[in-house]
Amino acid sequence: MLKLLKSRKHRHGGSLSSIKSNMVTMNSDKAAIKRKPDPSASGCSIQPANAETTTLQQPYISDESPNLLLYRKMEKIIEKMQDEATGVPVRTVKSFMSKIPSVFTGSDLIAWMLKNLDLEDQQEALHLAHLIAAHGYFFPIDDHMLTVKNDGTFYRFQTPYFWPSNCWEPENTDYAVYLCKRTMQNKTRLELADYEAENLARLQKMFSRKWEFIFMQAEAQSKVDKKRDKLERKVLDSQERAFWDVHRPMPGCVNTTEVDIKKACQMNKPMKGLKNLQIGAPKLSPSTSGLHPKVTVESLRKQVTLLKSQLERRNIKVSKAAESFVAYYEQYLEYDPFFVPPEYANPWVYDNTELWEQEKIAKDISARRVKRWAFSLQELLADPIGREHFEKFLEKEFSGENLKFWEAVQELKALPQSQVQNKVTEIWEYFLASDAKCPLNVDSHSYEITKKNMDAPDRWSFDNAAAHVYHLMKSDSYSRYLRSEMYKDFLNGSKKKTSVKGIRSIVSFSARKDNVP
Amino acid sequence: MDSDSKSQASDTVETLQKEAEILKKRLEEERQKLNDVTLEQVAERLDCVSCPNIKPRRTLKGHQAKVLCSDWSPDKKHIVSSSQDGKMIIWDAHTTNKEHAVTMPTTWVMACAYAPSGNFVACGGLDNKVTVYPLILDEDVSLRKKTVGTHTSYMSCCLFPNSDQQILTGSGDSTCALWDVESGQLLQSFHGHSADVMSIDLAPSETGNTFVSGSVDKMVLIWDMRTGQCVQSFEGHESDVNSVKFHPSGDAVATGGDDATCRLFDLRADKEIAVYSKESIIFGANSVDFSHSGRLLFAGYNDYTVNVWDTLKCVRVWLLYGHENRVSCLQVSPDGTALSTGSWDCTLRVWA
Repeated sequence: MLKLLKSRKHRHGGSLSSIKSNMVTMNSDKAAIKRKPDPSASGCSIQPANAETTTLQQPYISDESPNLLLYRKMEKIIEKMQDEATGVPVRTVKSFMSKIPSVFTGSDLIAWMLKNLDLEDQQEALHLAHLIAAHGYFFPIDDHMLTVKNDGTFYRFQTPYFWPSNCWEPENTDYAVYLCKRTMQNKTRLELADYEAENLARLQKMFSRKWEFIFMQAEAQSKVDKKRDKLERKVLDSQERAFWDVHRPMPGCVNTTEVDIKKACQMNKPMKGLKNLQIGAPKLSPSTSGLHPKVTVESLRKQVTLLKSQLERRNIKVSKAAESFVAYYEQYLEYDPFFVPPEYANPWVYDNTELWEQEKIAKDISARRVKRWAFSLQELLADPIGREHFEKFLEKEFSGENLKFWEAVQELKALPQSQVQNKVTEIWEYFLASDAKCPLNVDSHSYEITKKNMDAPDRWSFDNAAAHVYHLMKSDSYSRYLRSEMYKDFLNGSKKKTSVKGIRSIVSFSARKDNVP
Repeated sequence: MDSDSKSQASDTVETLQKEAEILKKRLEEERQKLNDVTLEQVAERLDCVSCPNIKPRRTLKGHQAKVLCSDWSPDKKHIVSSSQDGKMIIWDAHTTNKEHAVTMPTTWVMACAYAPSGNFVACGGLDNKVTVYPLILDEDVSLRKKTVGTHTSYMSCCLFPNSDQQILTGSGDSTCALWDVESGQLLQSFHGHSADVMSIDLAPSETGNTFVSGSVDKMVLIWDMRTGQCVQSFEGHESDVNSVKFHPSGDAVATGGDDATCRLFDLRADKEIAVYSKESIIFGANSVDFSHSGRLLFAGYNDYTVNVWDTLKCVRVWLLYGHENRVSCLQVSPDGTALSTGSWDCTLRVWA
């Protein structure tokens, strides 16, 4: 039989946490240094979270650590959850001989989240609740595994003092003191779990010389604890345990305090934009300064040049850009296996690799594939069979040199540096020299540029001419190719050859479409 | 003093800042003029994406630590992955067999990439180097390795730009660099970011001469490989940009960042045209990629999930659960039939 009592007093309020500040002391100086140097911030940590303090402190959070950015967002949610009127209902539960102070149930939490956050379903709510728990903002009152179940299990909010945003990096000595203390309190709820006992043994070995000191500290803390009110102690014990469940998680649980190594490297760099600015030019407005850490005449000049070039650009309207993406989607829908099944079974779904094998065989080319050649010259050239077919067409038109030149230039760009010089000479002699074997028709402008490039040849020497030739192929030969009988025959031929498969894909496509509501 | 300010030599920080501010304002005005409609409005006429039935199809287990990067082989079924334990593994993702396991001289192999031929892979990380390994069956590939380039900070990302003979890298030293594989020569370096480069992607244009980079300085820059110059820049993200990816049309770039948003920047409109975010998504995005039609954007987040965005209607259409820790990398396979994800939970998964 459970009896519910309302208990405002035990709501993780100021009274509780102010006691805590002198109770839980991390002995390592290092941990203290690593924490935020800002005195106002550490002051905040022992006060109940309210909107003012969280927004006032640390305006540059985003520049410090990606984890902090996340902590702030979580704390915003926690703040809402802790609202006296509209938050998650926190109660003190009476059970048998004792009281369980300041708890809420998993089902109440999930219901609140579904109502107050833009979550799609219960699964998403549970997932987010699990993540917030894994970061230690609330925790199951008697489980080391920081997760959330949608049932009557009791959870409690963590006091802001222990929030990960206080940049705790507790040391092993702190952990040793804590575990040691737990062994002194002969309460079943404080008994060490197996992994904790193992950790304690390991730490005892590690700190054998310091152990007396650790033991004394633990004893002192334990004495202070014993003087406390019973309910208060229950809350404090659980919050402290949850703190260590975050920083020394049970085996198999994710350590959420880990930082991406790239971000860690970046925080250790002395040249961090923000700090530089605060020393160098404190009067700069944060909006411009945040982006440009090294404010020098030179960097500003660069910026001005960049801005000017941006202003000179001729840009299209959003409507036009948007239309192009819609059109692209409509054109390529058929070729997107996430929407329309490929011609052969998707090898990842059906364990049948026919799709990949068919691609290599040049015999059976589907209409779907040939159709794609008409999308753009790039598409045509990207398909080896398409490229070959186009080459044949160009030969018939006696304009094969354009494609040959363009491909030679692409090949040149892909060569190792050591072979570039020879290839440049080769291309020049073959296509552009006065006695070229395969003379190329380029406009005089491109020719002049290319000729000039020959003074200091590199892999980009022919880029200008190649761009010109590509444009020529695209606007001239390619459009003629698409209108040619050659392409049409190929398209029709492939249709016939793959008629069965073609129908199959059309059927499955329309069947799929019918499913769309 | 004032009369001199026009000449280059006496430009001061103050005058230049003023000029920059004025130009910025004008630019903003110009951009507003292009805002005739939103992408969502144009996409209204399209049907909603019905929940694509994407399921986990393969799980690749073998890494002993966080998977940090992966890349599909051009053969569409092999994957190279690198991990914090200093291992690089070549997988036949279809059979889930490991074909090579290479131990790197460094831990934290942050980047790896397949060469277009499928015969080489490049990788590197905290060693600040990019190293190329030839893939030869039945031989210890580490005997044939070749260090190609060295940065002054960690190498965060790399790719082969259309050739086995060159490697493009991005680094914590805030630069990108193009290297000649054979000689290890630096062909071009790209200066412009003011903080660590996190991600690069090659433009899918026919020439492949441009690429995009995203950085901790919140900027997204477009580069011309030939000149080494930055040709376009985009801002919008409120925190680190972790991932950049070209739209298959080559006309836009999608990004994912620590501000828990993904964004779409259009190169022709020269501005951000979509933000993909939701109030309930609070974790940073690490990696993004498009489906082949450009309609879906897959994004891997620090909250262990992959959110699938409808890029045109700007709504989330699907949520992939499965990984048990941060999703660090993600990539659609070359033929668009599958999505690979790598995670801090030490596994890679293939979804289709």
